[in-house]
Amino acid sequence: MFSGFMVNAWEVGTMVAIVGGVVGFFVVLRGSAFPAHAIPNGAFAGAAGANLLAINPLIGLGVFSFGAALGIGALSRRGRSDAVTALALVMMLALGAAFVSLSTQYEPQIFSLLFGEILGVSSSDLLPVVALGAVCIVAVAMLYRPLLLTSIAPDIAAARGLRPQRFEIAFLIVIACATTMTVPVVGALLIFTLMLGPSAAAQCFTNRAGRAMAGSVAIALVTIWLALACAYESNWPVGFYVSVFSATWYGIGRGYAEWHTRRQVRAAGDSRRSIALTN
Amino acid sequence: MTDVPVLQVDELSVSLSGRQVLDHVTFDVRGGEFTGLIGSNGVGKTTLLRTILGLQRPDSGRVLVSGTPLSPRSRSLGYVPQKIVVDPDVPMRARDFVALGLDAHRYGLTRRSPPQRELVEQILHDVDAERFADHRLGSLSGGEQQRVFIAHALISRPKLLLLDEPLANLDPRSVQEIVALLHRVARGYGVAILLSAHEMNALLPVMDRIVYLTGGRAASGTTDEVIRSDVLSQLYGHHVDVLQLHGRVLVVAEPGQDNQDIPQHPTLTLG
Repeated sequence: MFSGFMVNAWEVGTMVAIVGGVVGFFVVLRGSAFPAHAIPNGAFAGAAGANLLAINPLIGLGVFSFGAALGIGALSRRGRSDAVTALALVMMLALGAAFVSLSTQYEPQIFSLLFGEILGVSSSDLLPVVALGAVCIVAVAMLYRPLLLTSIAPDIAAARGLRPQRFEIAFLIVIACATTMTVPVVGALLIFTLMLGPSAAAQCFTNRAGRAMAGSVAIALVTIWLALACAYESNWPVGFYVSVFSATWYGIGRGYAEWHTRRQVRAAGDSRRSIALTN
Repeated sequence: MTDVPVLQVDELSVSLSGRQVLDHVTFDVRGGEFTGLIGSNGVGKTTLLRTILGLQRPDSGRVLVSGTPLSPRSRSLGYVPQKIVVDPDVPMRARDFVALGLDAHRYGLTRRSPPQRELVEQILHDVDAERFADHRLGSLSGGEQQRVFIAHALISRPKLLLLDEPLANLDPRSVQEIVALLHRVARGYGVAILLSAHEMNALLPVMDRIVYLTGGRAASGTTDEVIRSDVLSQLYGHHVDVLQLHGRVLVVAEPGQDNQDIPQHPTLTLG
């Protein structure tokens, strides 16, 4: 499990988890789940197209991801992007279907693009994945504070000269970048869970943005390591395990949040009672 | 203190999708003053505030902040918008949101210095928000959130604080508390306040000046100068009476007049 092609998988998987956790924090905070789902789906078309032209799939993934991000960003109106996002999603899926039917590739390759495959990672993929991941992390670190304010209170941010629309486009580009590097590992349909589950779970455990982001990375790392191990043992797609574990963390997070709130309410009730008694 | 007003609104006209909302509106706000921007819903209060902030382009006229046109990155204006809905799931403490007031415009990750953290503590104390400073922003009540947004705006030490209907949707006790709080911090921080409201009575004890907005036009001055039958009748274009009752002001139109522009409909309690 720790030799040969699996070494690549562990290395790339680790990078993917870190990026998924960092970017996912803002995906959940901003409510960008839909674009974060649409862009990777579009990227699938890019990868299928690259297969058809016999070029590096990363190039196809990149072109389509960035195209989708820029299109959604440019066409969304007044912060509403759901209609545009939906259209971008189906248009690109349709293109992907066309490319696949033109292609002479046999099915497993397509299957792995959609659902992820540890064999999908070769040594030559390593450098671009690490480079793209580093770009994502640096971009989020640079944008961290303005992005926090534009996510939570866009009106206040705008009044301070931070234009929410520009930050939306910048963030969609970060999603595109993360998509390009992640699709070959966990697949286009399931990458989304890696950005969503761990971050949404982490936000249940803490009241602080920085800790939520760190927690999101930690949970994503555990998720992908477990998923890789299970996929290796069972030969099932990596994406399947990533999704199942992500959803599980989120369930645990929600459970914890419920329990925590109830405990606080009970504590508040107790203190009220004691005040009443001392009166 | 200089003689230049912190805010000069000069012959400002604004249209929104072809409809004229503001028609040659002129008024000043001087340093440290509490100004109420009073008008009924839909009369253009938010548009006026957004134009002052540079978020809406005027057709004509200009806005000067401390004598100069507003630059996009100017931090001499603080702003508390009308409606901010914060999801209770957002992992951010009230304290952290206040701290963002210091550095949300900064790119990159920098640690906040001890003096900055002290400033956050100080301002949380000043707006009486220490009790819930460690709670999630989205879990706070409307009045509590207002305090946090006011602190966020004040921490960068603006010369002028714009608040858009901060008293709407608050219970009467919270209204009293927020008005008293604003009065206190305006004095303490030497910040001028321009606050929009559709009901002026809660503000009468603290307002230095009033800008009364109706039909796109404005009258401004002290409350004694503006809230008079002759001034408001001219502004409305038909006769209205101003009644003083138990320290409250009622603006009443003659029967038969269309009085829906009149911004308050107080209920009279007899007995």
